[in-house]
Amino acid sequence: MNFQMSDMAYILPETIMAVCAMLLLVADLVIHDKKVTAWLSLAIVGATMAFTMSVPVGTAFSGMVVSDRYATFFKMVFLINAALTILVSGAYFSARKEEHGEYYILMLFATLGMMMMASSGDLMSLYLGLELMALSTYVLAGFLRRDIKSNEASVKYFMLGAFSSAFLLYGISLIYGLTGTTQLAGIAKMLGEGTITGNPVLLAAIVMFVVAFGFKVAAAPFHMWAPDVYEGAPTPVTAFMSVGPKAAGFAVMARVFVAAFASELAGWSALLAMLAVLTMAVGNIMALGQTNIKRMLAYSSIAHAGYALIGVIAGTAQGVAAMMNYMMIYAFMNFGAFAVIILLDRNGTGFDGLDDFRGLSKTRPGIAFIMLLFMFSLAGIPPTAGFIGKFYLFTAAVNSGHVYIVIAAAIFSAISAYFYLRVVRLMYMEAPDSEIMCACEPVRVKIVLAVTAAAVVLIGLFPDALVSLARGSASVFRG
Amino acid sequence: MVPVTWYMALSAAVFAIGVFGFVTRRNVIIMFMSVELMLNAVNINLVAMSHYLEDIRGQIMVFFIKAVAAAEAAIGLAIIIALFRNKPTAHIDEIKEMGG
Repeated sequence: MNFQMSDMAYILPETIMAVCAMLLLVADLVIHDKKVTAWLSLAIVGATMAFTMSVPVGTAFSGMVVSDRYATFFKMVFLINAALTILVSGAYFSARKEEHGEYYILMLFATLGMMMMASSGDLMSLYLGLELMALSTYVLAGFLRRDIKSNEASVKYFMLGAFSSAFLLYGISLIYGLTGTTQLAGIAKMLGEGTITGNPVLLAAIVMFVVAFGFKVAAAPFHMWAPDVYEGAPTPVTAFMSVGPKAAGFAVMARVFVAAFASELAGWSALLAMLAVLTMAVGNIMALGQTNIKRMLAYSSIAHAGYALIGVIAGTAQGVAAMMNYMMIYAFMNFGAFAVIILLDRNGTGFDGLDDFRGLSKTRPGIAFIMLLFMFSLAGIPPTAGFIGKFYLFTAAVNSGHVYIVIAAAIFSAISAYFYLRVVRLMYMEAPDSEIMCACEPVRVKIVLAVTAAAVVLIGLFPDALVSLARGSASVFRG
Repeated sequence: MVPVTWYMALSAAVFAIGVFGFVTRRNVIIMFMSVELMLNAVNINLVAMSHYLEDIRGQIMVFFIKAVAAAEAAIGLAIIIALFRNKPTAHIDEIKEMGG
């Protein structure tokens, strides 16, 4: 392992983000208007995005970093997510008098961790990226220091996050003992020889990885933390972590399971299939009884993790492409739904009861219509993007012979329409209880709503560009 | 020389104690200590295997895990103190402002 200056070209986006975020951390000491920090961090995300698109393809640092189109696709998801979060955060935190510069910097570091995860070619860099993401997100979840719900969310997220990364590490140590390497390519090569197949230690390692990633993407039965954490965390942070860490979890899941453990497909795909069906069942059925919109969206995001798992279970390049496609679409539609909640936030008192949506079409017709779009998309009703995402996932699963999962997914998807459309019914078919007051009309949140709504409609009507991009990016996986 | 399987058995036992402690104890600090126990089980495993395989990677990994665990402890205790300021308890069952 020797250091070559030429390797730096492959991690240029990450380097820029890390250096700029640290400089901003220092500069923030003299910046009194935190809006400036917000715009600067948005500029950093923009610059990183520009460099991500032009990064060369190849491996660097003795295989620690893999820079390919797959990584680039996921990095774009993370950066879009970070940009949207920065835009919606200002109004929310200033209404609560908790706008601090560290918030934006932690968000940049969490995104940096996700980017490292997406381009990790070694279990070591995977673990470090994951911890950078997780440690930053624990703090973000508890960012409203004086709010006990936020504290509680942070403690719960931290405890279960630390617990799950211990499982990941134990899995890594077993794989290291079996194959003598931590490099994903090396592991794939060793397992491909077939001499270790059927070893109970290998099976234990796979179970450990399934548990650890199950926690990260909030798949049942490892989802217990998600509803409490999503409800208690500040709404912009909830939006951030329902998309970012989940997408990062799926990014490494495909790298570890589909690429490195390719020869053990039968073992892990059976495990993940059970998880996926259980996740869809728990997410969709538990969401039915929720009265808090953030909690309902938490269960909905658990269910969506179940759908995206279908793409990984397929174990083919087509399946991975469908999963990537779904993650990009999910990022827009889920973030949009949270942005609506943030926009309707009543001067810091919060807006989270489902009843608050009663008669929204009379008081705020524009916002009600946008929320309707997101609910249709989350339920997977054409012509929205959510339908396209599910369509490709189900196609990939059928092509790889997992018909029974598709049947289960279709049934649970039908159940999910009930609670998504209940929001629509409340908005359009009930009389408003009270005038929804919103003294400030944050323009930045409206920009986010416009962008996400446009993405949901445009991807739904013209899916070809995204689908072919995902397919091209997933070509690094065989099969 | 002590065979590597002994170290693996020790590591598995320490890890299991950690998991058991995390699941059964209700004090947040002790639960966090259990997680540290699990991490150290991993470290035992990695060092033993690194020696057995005559490969340096395992030991490098241990350094990273130690560093991350230190950062994790700093953040974790800060989070627990932030909670303690609002609600003076370290008992996980009393921390239930929300449904679950």
